[in-house]
Amino acid sequence: MIAVELFKLVRRPRTWISVALICALPLIVAIFIAVTHLAPPPGAGSAFLSAVLDDGQLYPAAALALVLPVFLPVAVAVVAGEAIAGEASTGTLRYLLARPVGRTRLLVAKLISVITFVLLAVVAVTVTSYATGVLILGPSRAAAVGTAPGGLSGGIAPGAGGAPTAGLQAGAAITSLSGAPLTTLDLAERVLGAVAFITVSMLGVAAIALFLSTITSSSLGAALGSLAALVASEILVALNAATAVQPYLPTRYWLAWIDFFRQPIFWRDIQRGFAIQAVYVVVFLAAAWANFATKDITT
Amino acid sequence: MITTSNVTKRFGHVEAVRSVSIDIREGDRYGLLGPNGSGKTTLVRMLLGLVYATSGEISVLGERIPRHASRVLPEIGALIEQPAAYPHLSGRANLRLLDAAGPGSVRRTRHARVDEALEQVGLAGIDRRPVRAYSLGMRQRLGLAAALVRRPRLLILDEPTNGLDPRGIRDMRDLLISLNESGVTVFLSSHLLPEVSALCTRIGVLDSGRLVLQESLADLQQPTGRVLVSTDDPERAVAALDGQVEHRDGQDLVVRSSDAAALNAALVGAGVRVHSLAVQRRSLEEIVLDVTGSGSDQFGLAVDLATAASAEGMAGE
Repeated sequence: MIAVELFKLVRRPRTWISVALICALPLIVAIFIAVTHLAPPPGAGSAFLSAVLDDGQLYPAAALALVLPVFLPVAVAVVAGEAIAGEASTGTLRYLLARPVGRTRLLVAKLISVITFVLLAVVAVTVTSYATGVLILGPSRAAAVGTAPGGLSGGIAPGAGGAPTAGLQAGAAITSLSGAPLTTLDLAERVLGAVAFITVSMLGVAAIALFLSTITSSSLGAALGSLAALVASEILVALNAATAVQPYLPTRYWLAWIDFFRQPIFWRDIQRGFAIQAVYVVVFLAAAWANFATKDITT
Repeated sequence: MITTSNVTKRFGHVEAVRSVSIDIREGDRYGLLGPNGSGKTTLVRMLLGLVYATSGEISVLGERIPRHASRVLPEIGALIEQPAAYPHLSGRANLRLLDAAGPGSVRRTRHARVDEALEQVGLAGIDRRPVRAYSLGMRQRLGLAAALVRRPRLLILDEPTNGLDPRGIRDMRDLLISLNESGVTVFLSSHLLPEVSALCTRIGVLDSGRLVLQESLADLQQPTGRVLVSTDDPERAVAALDGQVEHRDGQDLVVRSSDAAALNAALVGAGVRVHSLAVQRRSLEEIVLDVTGSGSDQFGLAVDLATAASAEGMAGE
């Protein structure tokens, strides 16, 4: 069944179109920066962008920061939201279950397919942006890494786009960064860590969307529902009055992967981020399973 | 093959299926009849473990459903309401994908089985066009092919002739009869009486979620003890038959007689020219309308016309 789901993922044009679009945004940004040599000043604009002119190898980190707020969650929500609801609305769900494919097995296969998609998207962005960085922005000029990843907001706030406005204030968080240079190997390890962290963060989104996908037979409803949850979380994260609940919000530690690029790595938020995403993944997958396994399939 | 005992399904306050006990035997061509909304689809879905019964027991191929559904479902081919397929893949790719999903498929024979199923439903010549480009009839045929890919012992078909043209309906009927003769039990639901009449050996009738009739069609359609005679010399026929004529409408007579051959001999002996002579049997329409009572309009226009015509014919009774 897992092979069948992966085959479906790979054979769907949408998979590749969305991955291509996610990869295209950083490419466009890189071209603009390379042509104009106008990177945002340290502390403004998307994280890491100010540093990429000095070191093109850093561009994967900048690219991830660009796609994380909107592009990646949207793509993940669409794919995960479609997982069960899409089969329900095309009517193929009842045929799969009557084959029979066990309901738990189907859900697991869908989850693995979604994880594969997330990894595919994140790795594709990392690889293409590394190539972009080295080829367009030029290789390292022995610059210090992490000099100023500025503007650390998580923003899927409307209008923020790829250049979110400051949420977590730059000056406050950044001063702890050392100016120590990183070797390429060091950088690779940190990029891998960041990729893992972002993948897990996206799995939180995927779990919510998958749960909604078992409730409704509208893929769009499931995708938009999970995005609405993220927007709500973003709004609360930026709201001082909601401080009490902020540590439990799904997007609270989304940007903690940036801490991988500090020297030494600042683990606290990374660990909390992993933990909170793990909780969301477990809770929503359990809810999805409980709902789907006992549901009358009337579509 | 399939037995249910007192199966009830409630959706909220609506009782879609009420205490239904059906019994489908090996070798049957069983037709489940009933107006739209009478609970046919819900019952079919319960047989396949898609919908869970509120109460009652279901057994299919000797196993309890839904608990042991995974043991028997590989031996069942199903068409559930409309066929469904992934629109961006070809018909062949769809069948292979569906066959690969779930246990019970032998990979080595997949290619051959898919080709065989496509051949059986008359889609042997399909090319690599995606299903999105298929006509309604082709999709229906593909849906049936999907049901046949695993060479099932039991076919459960919900409204299998939906969307088929007259040619397609006849092909479907011929295919189901030949599969049945090779040992496949066929269970189908339909609201099209002529279809069931032409295909099935036993019928069950659902009305508002209740099973109101279950019988072999041959038993239901025993001769009524009347013979329909058409002649261009009705006066002489009435005189010759001496009080056996129950009703006369122009050249058509309804004659009380249990022996059509003797009646024919008597007419010929009296010098009456006979155009046609037929033993009267109850039509499926009459049988079904009899047990479902109200709401005959739900069976659709064709039946209404048939009833109107038969009511007219019987007006003299």
